[in-house]
Amino acid sequence: MFGSIDPQLLLASLMVAATPIMLAAIGELVVERAGVLNLGVEGMMITGSVIGFIAAIKTGNPWIGFAAAALGGAALSLLFGVLTQFLLSNQVATGLALTLFGLGLAALLGQGYLGVKAPVFPDWHIPLLGDIPIIGPIVFQHDPMVYLGLGIVAGVWWFLKKSRAGLVLRAVGENHEAAHALGYNVIRVRMLAIMFGGACAGLGGAYLSIVRVPTYAAGLTAEMGWIALAIVVFAGWKPGRLLLGAYLFGGVTALQLNLQAAGLSLLDVLTIVALVAAVVVVSVGFIQNRAFTAKMLWWAASLCIAAAFFSFYKWLGWVFNETLWLSSSPYIATIFVLVIMSSGGAPGSLGKSFHASR
Amino acid sequence: MTEPLVKLEGLTKAYPGVVANSDVSFDIQAGEVHALLGENGAGKSTLVKTIYGLVKPDSGTMTLDGQPFTPAEPRAARAAGIAMVFQHFSLFEALNVAENVALGMENPPPMNTLAQRIKEVSETYGLPLDPTRIVGDLSAGERQRVEIIRCLLQDPKVLIMDEPTSVLTPQEVDILFETLRKLKSEGTAILYISHKLEEIRALCDHATVLRLGEVVGTCVPKETSAREMAELMVGGTLHVPERETGETGETLMKISGLSAASPAEFGTSLKDITLEIRAGDVIGIGGVAGNGQDELLGALSGEIRVGAGQVAFMGRDIGQLAPDARRSLGICAAPEERMGHAAAPDMSLTENAALTGRKRKALTSNGFIDWGKTRNFAEEIIERFDVRTPGAGNAARSLSGGNLQKFVIGREILQDPQILIVNQPTWGVDASAAAAIRQALLDLAAKGAGVIVISQDLDELMEISDQFAALNEGRLSKPRPAQGLTVEEIGLMLGGAHDMEVAHVD
Repeated sequence: MFGSIDPQLLLASLMVAATPIMLAAIGELVVERAGVLNLGVEGMMITGSVIGFIAAIKTGNPWIGFAAAALGGAALSLLFGVLTQFLLSNQVATGLALTLFGLGLAALLGQGYLGVKAPVFPDWHIPLLGDIPIIGPIVFQHDPMVYLGLGIVAGVWWFLKKSRAGLVLRAVGENHEAAHALGYNVIRVRMLAIMFGGACAGLGGAYLSIVRVPTYAAGLTAEMGWIALAIVVFAGWKPGRLLLGAYLFGGVTALQLNLQAAGLSLLDVLTIVALVAAVVVVSVGFIQNRAFTAKMLWWAASLCIAAAFFSFYKWLGWVFNETLWLSSSPYIATIFVLVIMSSGGAPGSLGKSFHASR
Repeated sequence: MTEPLVKLEGLTKAYPGVVANSDVSFDIQAGEVHALLGENGAGKSTLVKTIYGLVKPDSGTMTLDGQPFTPAEPRAARAAGIAMVFQHFSLFEALNVAENVALGMENPPPMNTLAQRIKEVSETYGLPLDPTRIVGDLSAGERQRVEIIRCLLQDPKVLIMDEPTSVLTPQEVDILFETLRKLKSEGTAILYISHKLEEIRALCDHATVLRLGEVVGTCVPKETSAREMAELMVGGTLHVPERETGETGETLMKISGLSAASPAEFGTSLKDITLEIRAGDVIGIGGVAGNGQDELLGALSGEIRVGAGQVAFMGRDIGQLAPDARRSLGICAAPEERMGHAAAPDMSLTENAALTGRKRKALTSNGFIDWGKTRNFAEEIIERFDVRTPGAGNAARSLSGGNLQKFVIGREILQDPQILIVNQPTWGVDASAAAAIRQALLDLAAKGAGVIVISQDLDELMEISDQFAALNEGRLSKPRPAQGLTVEEIGLMLGGAHDMEVAHVD
């Protein structure tokens, strides 16, 4: 029934579609764990995308493009860092200003590059693993940045969980006054975290312009930086959940593009998804509890009602803008799922300015 | 006399407008518990921060073990063998015990080894502690253990303790003192800051007294009375609160069967509390921290609404009234946490005065705040309660804890309440200011108001209250006349001797 949609290709493009948002979000996660709220992710992403693109075109080497994008993102975040950490400006206002600044800067820098094609960044056919049937093409035949992104997420997880420096970073984010009293340099830790966040956002942006699209266009990031921010919060500041959120976003993005191409009705798909989810809820719940609980029946009933609503709406034949809803579906689905499973635990000093005298 | 372990000579540190330390010199021997005494703002904290490397002195020298000692940062001080337990805990609530300990160490071992060592050391010193617990879930006493163990794991030569007992129960104080005596016998020098002079008499070998940044005297606490020490600190005679045992009048407030769930995540629910407050009565409520003190204050002030018929004022049911409505009736309250609960830290004293005084002092006209009147009210508080600040325009945050406490209590008392509920009225306040606050509470009661004092300082409660009751796990014991209560009886009440309560009910 999914006709022209190839599940193997769909799953493969999921990993590619998820990579930019994953990169931007993991950087912001580190920044927020250090107690800083940088709302300028979108601006740093788009700046990274244009700087990386220009560097890649000029040198013909995508790797240099990525390096330049990371440096550009870090440089922009350095501006944010100096303003908020040394001049104690308000983090929310400064972050918003950074986004506006980044968008303007990118539009200016990218003037001569609209529609130019990026140099080819070849996929990496991993020997042996890439030859496994089905799994090979899905997981092991992507460009190196996909794996670098996964490596950064794993590295951040290890850093925060296991390393001494990660413990200090968490301590600074949790209670900056206590960290200062113990003799840790709060400002230095935060500046490093901010720059790491900027570099990651820049990489994410460059991945869009060099690999994903692969050309430079105005408004290339399509507000992805904001979703990255939301993913960090709803993932409860945990790298594992962040990976899940990013892949969910990538998955729905890839799916909706395929749906658009296949010309399937979104309402039909939603009806089926809701019914399948209802069956999954009931069966998984039954296996776990060995009985039907009121909570899971409530969920299943809600999903069935939703399915009925979608098919009823289709039957009515009212106006329904397929493209609009499909394009927004990754954003809605990601927020929806992460809100349901979100758990609190914001860093204690998040968004608060620190000065040693106070 | 042997060579002193720590030798301070001529330490001076000036901040803009104030000299925190001026030519401070004294010695600490190995195996000595040395007390540092002084009022709020006498320069004790600056001095210990200097030793710990957080503050650089303008002039003067320190020697440790005969070597010149100039720590550039706490790291260097820790490496040299200085450890410090902070007045306001330097802990991270979202992290577990082992992680908190690791953060205070120079070269912590791997987590598993560290957890094992925390267990060993904590048991050796009688401070049992589970290294995997999240610090946010621990009681004040347990949190302090984390700080102490963090210090002990580094085998310190000098241990600095800044007001370690202000949040501890009497039992926890006893445990702490045993630990400190054990450390002392192992040759550790301890620099001990406290306002509780009886504790200093029980524990310390020598004392240095600071006043306005200068050393004004030294004494041997065991041979000096608490009163003499207090007078050294104040530089004059100490006023001890006087109580006129007046007749108590009509019943003002009646609490019957008060039960309320706690709004806080780790809070204690109130269970079936019954109490009667008469005019002219001072009711002292003791109990270990976290047994429902905050909730009781909230239920009486109106922050927590309770069911019908549980709280009545002059025969009127007020359980559903909000704090503002209760204030209009004459029920004022001062909660324990000064910064952020009793006062808004970043607002000026004038604005803070308006926050609770608006209704009773008629500080508004036609819905607008009358700033002139409000300023006068704030200045009246500052003058009457000796709040030390350059002016009413200063932010609440800029005041020291004791000064802000005087302001907060004064603000409520000057509104002439009929019922005043205070929680920890003299927490972190020096001896003379504490005496002034207690006197003001007694004066208020003498004028015919009912006063409820919730406190963990038993000496304070015995000094001012007519009736004493204890909170335990959200239950209140039956109040008993405070005069003639023995320490054993109080201990039984605090420990939650519910059988006694049952006997009364029958």
